[in-house]
Amino acid sequence: MIAAARCIVARDLLLALRRRSDVATALLFFVIVASLFPLGVGAEPNLLRAIAPGVIWVAALLSSMLSLGRLFAADHADGTLEQMLLGAAPVGIVAAAKVLAHWLVSGLPLVAIAPLIALQYDLPAPLYGTLVLSLLLGTPVLSLIGAVGAALTLGLRGGGVLLSLLVLPLYVPVLIFGAGSVDMAAAGLSPQGQLQLLAAMLVASAAFAPWAIAAALRISTE
Amino acid sequence: MLEASDLDCQRGGRALFRNLSFALRGGELLRVAGANGSGKTSLLKILCGLLTPDQGEVRWRGESIRRLREDYARNLVYLGHAPAVKDDLTAAENLSIACTLTGIEAPAQSVHEALARYGLPAGEVPVRKLSQGQRRRAALARLLLSQGVPLWLLDEPFAALDASAARLTEELIASHVAGGGAVAYTTHQEANIRAGVLRVVQLG
Amino acid sequence: MSAAIKWFWFASPQTFFPLAGTIARACWLGSALLAAAGLYVGFFVAPTDAQQGEAYRVIFIHVPAAWMSMFLYVLMAFWAALGLAFNTRLSGMMASALAPTGALFTFIALWTGALWGRPTWGAYWVWDARLTSELILLFLYLGFMALQAAIDDPRRADRAGALLAIVGVVNVPIIYYSVQWWNTLHQGASVSLMRSPSMASTMLSGMLLMALAFWLYSIAAALTRVRCIIRERE
Repeated sequence: MIAAARCIVARDLLLALRRRSDVATALLFFVIVASLFPLGVGAEPNLLRAIAPGVIWVAALLSSMLSLGRLFAADHADGTLEQMLLGAAPVGIVAAAKVLAHWLVSGLPLVAIAPLIALQYDLPAPLYGTLVLSLLLGTPVLSLIGAVGAALTLGLRGGGVLLSLLVLPLYVPVLIFGAGSVDMAAAGLSPQGQLQLLAAMLVASAAFAPWAIAAALRISTE
Repeated sequence: MLEASDLDCQRGGRALFRNLSFALRGGELLRVAGANGSGKTSLLKILCGLLTPDQGEVRWRGESIRRLREDYARNLVYLGHAPAVKDDLTAAENLSIACTLTGIEAPAQSVHEALARYGLPAGEVPVRKLSQGQRRRAALARLLLSQGVPLWLLDEPFAALDASAARLTEELIASHVAGGGAVAYTTHQEANIRAGVLRVVQLG
Repeated sequence: MSAAIKWFWFASPQTFFPLAGTIARACWLGSALLAAAGLYVGFFVAPTDAQQGEAYRVIFIHVPAAWMSMFLYVLMAFWAALGLAFNTRLSGMMASALAPTGALFTFIALWTGALWGRPTWGAYWVWDARLTSELILLFLYLGFMALQAAIDDPRRADRAGALLAIVGVVNVPIIYYSVQWWNTLHQGASVSLMRSPSMASTMLSGMLLMALAFWLYSIAAALTRVRCIIRERE
């Protein structure tokens, strides 16, 4: 079972490596979206500093959602998803392995790039830690919840947009606590509460989402 | 070993088959025959557990496959219509991943030998660059490493194959059945497989 | 044993069809009567509010609609879960039938909330906790309906929608709590099952009458819709 999980993670990482441009475009999207806001609202430094956590979080959320299309669709199209459902490992483990690989490729880089965006917005230095930590805890939750949506909308017309409609309402708590934690820190209060809630959401979704994803995959491949 | 009882299947509002029952034991070969669209692929998918029949159940060694899940999956190899290979990986990488996922031991040497027997180039060529026939052969090479798996479910195994590859596949199926395994396959063409007991399920 | 048999007998769409028709007719009538009574109480009997004047009367539609919108989502998820667990076709159909009505009430709650907000707070939309949660609930309903609309195979549509509804219902408290934390501008719930109502009893009775009217309307609408779905599929 562990061997199968490790195999899937390695396989997905190898595939992402061979298709570097797909991965890079999603990250580029993150940077572009974040750069659009000052163009839209004006470059007033105080305003930008105030909206920075929210903008970074929304951009991360949208970028994460865009990359969900790559999670199951390709495997579904060439028949390899069926083989994974017929593998020796429980489908929940397969799902968790795929989401882990997906997060490593699409979520973790966001966490790494976020400080650069924060620099663009002149976010005060002490807040960087909270920002990075909130993204580190929050992006896996986004991947896990998003994967449920991706599994449900496998092979449907209206694909990406439908997926967004399904998944964005469920993303709201992560967004609120993620951006909220940085806002709390900016106001001089402790972000511990919000970060702990994010951690709790991570644990809960890591425990339950794989089984929901497995059920959704079975429903979608019948 | 494998028992299907009272299977009902409806796809796209049409009833494909009703009250279908049969049994498949070790050393037996099952051929699912029927015209296009008669439900051959759906039947194989039901036997795998990928599709739930509207009614009826499939049993493996007496137990429902719904309940067995992975324990059943470990005992079968399913090759569907699509070659189920990733375009961006080489044939060797694909094969060794496929084996690891189904719990089959596949050291690099055996993988290369299996591919060579099917006449595939040993080079590091991504599957994207292979022809349709070569892709099918890359998928079928898995059979060479699956002698220990009791049940083979093959959907159109001879499609897009040239004569020598088709002959090799026939031999593999025959020897698997002779060795006590069970094979169920669908085909349009008349295949000449000299094997144990031959059963035919005619659909449509 | 016979109770179990009776239960599953009604789970067959064929036998449920005529029963649904009868109940629906009764509920249409009942809801019309109760709505008339509730609106009468709300618009004529209940006293004018000291601070908000006449404008507050929209609360008689807003609050019951909000209650129904949340209740129907839970009910929808309940039917969905039943459908997944017991593989009964009718449960999935009930869930699909409830969704549009639930979405309608969410929409009504949002609209009346905006109408209430204008004279009370000066703006049609203030991002307060209650209205924002209702907005997200509307997206959840629309997502459910969009997913079912995008899937051609009715069985996959029912099961996919069911899974989505269950995931949604688990998330609704989390979403609600997070939005609450995010903003607390809306005047606190003035009607609560726990606390004593801080409004005149006539106001309360008016709202409860409307709530019951909406409840019966929902039953009628959902059952009528289920009959359409049954006729379509069988």
